[in-house]
Amino acid sequence: MLTYYFDLALRSLKRNRALTALMVLAIALGIGASMTTLTVLHVLSGDPLPGRSGSIYYPQLDPLDMKDYTPGIEPPEQLTWTDGMYLLHSKRATRQALMTGGMVPLQPTQSSIDPFQAVALYTSTDFFPMFGVPFQYGTGWSEAEDNGKARVVVITSALNDKLFGGKNSVGQILRLQESAFRIVGVLGDWHPNPHFYEWYMGRYASDEDVYLPLTTSRDLLMEHDGSTDCWGNGGGDPDHLETNNCTWLQFWVQLDSPASAAAYRDFLMHYSQDQRTAGRFMRPPNIRLRTMMQWLDYIKVVPSDTVLQTWLALGFLAVCLINTVGLMLAKFMRRSGELSVRRALGASQRAVFGQLLMESGVIGIAGGLSGWMLALLGLWLVRQQPANYAKLAHMDVTMLLMTFALAVSASLLAGLLPAWRACRITPALQLKGN
Amino acid sequence: MSVHPMIAALRKHKAGVILIAMQIALTLAIVCNAIFIIYTRVDNVRRPSGLDEANLFLVTQQWVGAPSGDDPDSIAKLDALEREDLAALRAMPDVESVTPTNSVPLLNSSWTGSVALKPGSDLRGGTARTAFYFGDENELATLGVRLVAGRNFTAADVVNRAMRDQRQPSLVIVSKALGDKLFPKGDAVGKAVYFNGDTMPTTIVGEVERLQVPSTSSWSSGFFWDTTIAPIRLNANFSRYLIRTKPGRLEAAMRAVTPTLYKTNPMRVLDDDSVKSFADIRSDAYRADIGMAVLMGIVCLILLAVTAAGIVGLTSFWVGQRHRQIGVRRALGARKIDILHYFQLENLLIAGIGALIGIALAIGLNMVLIKNFEMSRMPIVYVLGGLVVVLLLGQAAVFVPARRASNVPPVVATRSV
Repeated sequence: MLTYYFDLALRSLKRNRALTALMVLAIALGIGASMTTLTVLHVLSGDPLPGRSGSIYYPQLDPLDMKDYTPGIEPPEQLTWTDGMYLLHSKRATRQALMTGGMVPLQPTQSSIDPFQAVALYTSTDFFPMFGVPFQYGTGWSEAEDNGKARVVVITSALNDKLFGGKNSVGQILRLQESAFRIVGVLGDWHPNPHFYEWYMGRYASDEDVYLPLTTSRDLLMEHDGSTDCWGNGGGDPDHLETNNCTWLQFWVQLDSPASAAAYRDFLMHYSQDQRTAGRFMRPPNIRLRTMMQWLDYIKVVPSDTVLQTWLALGFLAVCLINTVGLMLAKFMRRSGELSVRRALGASQRAVFGQLLMESGVIGIAGGLSGWMLALLGLWLVRQQPANYAKLAHMDVTMLLMTFALAVSASLLAGLLPAWRACRITPALQLKGN
Repeated sequence: MSVHPMIAALRKHKAGVILIAMQIALTLAIVCNAIFIIYTRVDNVRRPSGLDEANLFLVTQQWVGAPSGDDPDSIAKLDALEREDLAALRAMPDVESVTPTNSVPLLNSSWTGSVALKPGSDLRGGTARTAFYFGDENELATLGVRLVAGRNFTAADVVNRAMRDQRQPSLVIVSKALGDKLFPKGDAVGKAVYFNGDTMPTTIVGEVERLQVPSTSSWSSGFFWDTTIAPIRLNANFSRYLIRTKPGRLEAAMRAVTPTLYKTNPMRVLDDDSVKSFADIRSDAYRADIGMAVLMGIVCLILLAVTAAGIVGLTSFWVGQRHRQIGVRRALGARKIDILHYFQLENLLIAGIGALIGIALAIGLNMVLIKNFEMSRMPIVYVLGGLVVVLLLGQAAVFVPARRASNVPPVVATRSV
């Protein structure tokens, strides 16, 4: 029966090639545009640590003075050194790491490679286990090395390939900003996107080259990049960031259950209260404890242009669909004579409805296929853009399936009203009219 | 021609009429807003930076094994390295003028602070925000900005300071926009101001006509033209030089600059991004804006084409359906032009209803964009423009099927099928 319906649909579509082409093209353009933008959005708003992100939290405190204070105001995005170090050392979470990014001059011992600026992350020992960072060789550093401001460094596999030809370089010496660092670990393949833990240095596709203890970076006064926000009098003198009224550090914690998250929230609250009593904090306790995905949403990690483009494409799809509904309606109603004959010869209303819906389904599949190709072309165009996220724009299986689901359901939806109207034609009236 | 029978006829085709009207409404809403977005982006790109942008390029480099810059001795060493570079660059045959600088407009690397009329005013509570440019007595000439009041820096004004030095400059040149903001009477030259909550006054010695801040993002929109130039040569382990070449010698100078610097002092890092023409800086800064504008433009065109095709399709169907009635009207004495006008007026009616809904949708969409995407209010002229466009589009699309309808011969009325 279905093959018969399919055959009927093809015949009907062939009879009116221009109209068929127009309908397929409209659906293809709508689907192509929507899928291109939805895929980019899907890639950019993805979970950087699947399976782990639910237990990673970003605590915020508010150490600012009363200037510009209104109840409910958002606390600063980062922490001061004093608060960050206190939270780090009190170890109230399963794991915790304090961090900031920077650029460090790297002087390779090989004369064949020119000195260059390495992208560095200054952090603490729990960074690696908390985020589940894989190691190719060696491991991270210990807490003792954090406390001892040890000259140790973890490098990425890309840097290891560049400097040591991919061989196990653990124990080798790396010269960073005039100092000798001992390599303790080489990372495996690890590229979380969005680059959630340090978003000031780049939000997408921005891997570091080296990781070293935060304490060591302060000891050597390594350049800290990203944002430094200061309040009150006095500026952000980079050499005395430990004592200045500036927020410049990012702090992540791992909390394995809702109960421990609630306990941590209480801890932050009490700390704020104590600091206020001690006269260090001016504002009433103003804390936040967002999960990683809530945090990414809060800092609007997805570029607003991308979101705008997605809405534009969906609006475009809506117009294309309305257009297809109109054209299909015209087409089906035009065939009311033919349909009446079929009804008069005994085809049930359901059979006619099914036949017409099959016709719109065929258009949907054709539109979906061409839309998918347009989306592949669109993504290729996106990848040619210079934006840092551009090279991530690839269609995965989820999005591929979604393309077809969207195309077929859209065109079935578009076929529903016309088919329903057409199958309700009273055969006698039509036949008499002719 | 009476509209009454037309409305009666349209009521027989409710579904089709509603679909066309909806399509026109959505098209109008999207197209108006898209064109407004294009205009906003293009307007951003077209605003002049205040610089004479031709023949300009920027070199950013870093010394290897440079002194720390923490004590007077090492600052002096850093300054010596920088002056050595400047001398070498100025000696290049194609170079007209050179200044050390911390940033340039459109580079998106900013050094911002506050400026107040009272000493010790809080950092965040300053009267105005400003972006700083640090250079020497050649800064104005190299940037190509025009001095409109006061005087330029002299070599004697220029001091060198470590990057981390928190002291404020003793004299500055400000943009006219900033000068007028601080001193609305327009007499900023000679006045004292206080930067970054400091208690030490700084004297304004001159005003330049126009100079944009380095940032092009929205956070800087509140002080986009409020800039301050200080006669300070910053000493750090890296340096940046803005170079104006002789007319037409930009490429030659850009090619020669890396070898020249390496010859002066080989202990430095220069990579692919180190030497950048101002044209490249400009295109990098606005690439996303231009991309968005092009995309919006393409979507608008396709949208209009799809809508036009839809109107042609549906009207053709109606013409086919009313074949016989048209014949009857013709037989009863209607002229060809009457039939043509009938379809044109019918389309105008439907498109008009659609456009009315579309205007409401367009304004609603604009409000959503204002709320969520930092857009500004769309001037009503865009909506009116959009209205004219969709009405004309409807008329253009209906013309071919309507012409076909007007060519239906009266004899059709006498045929049974």
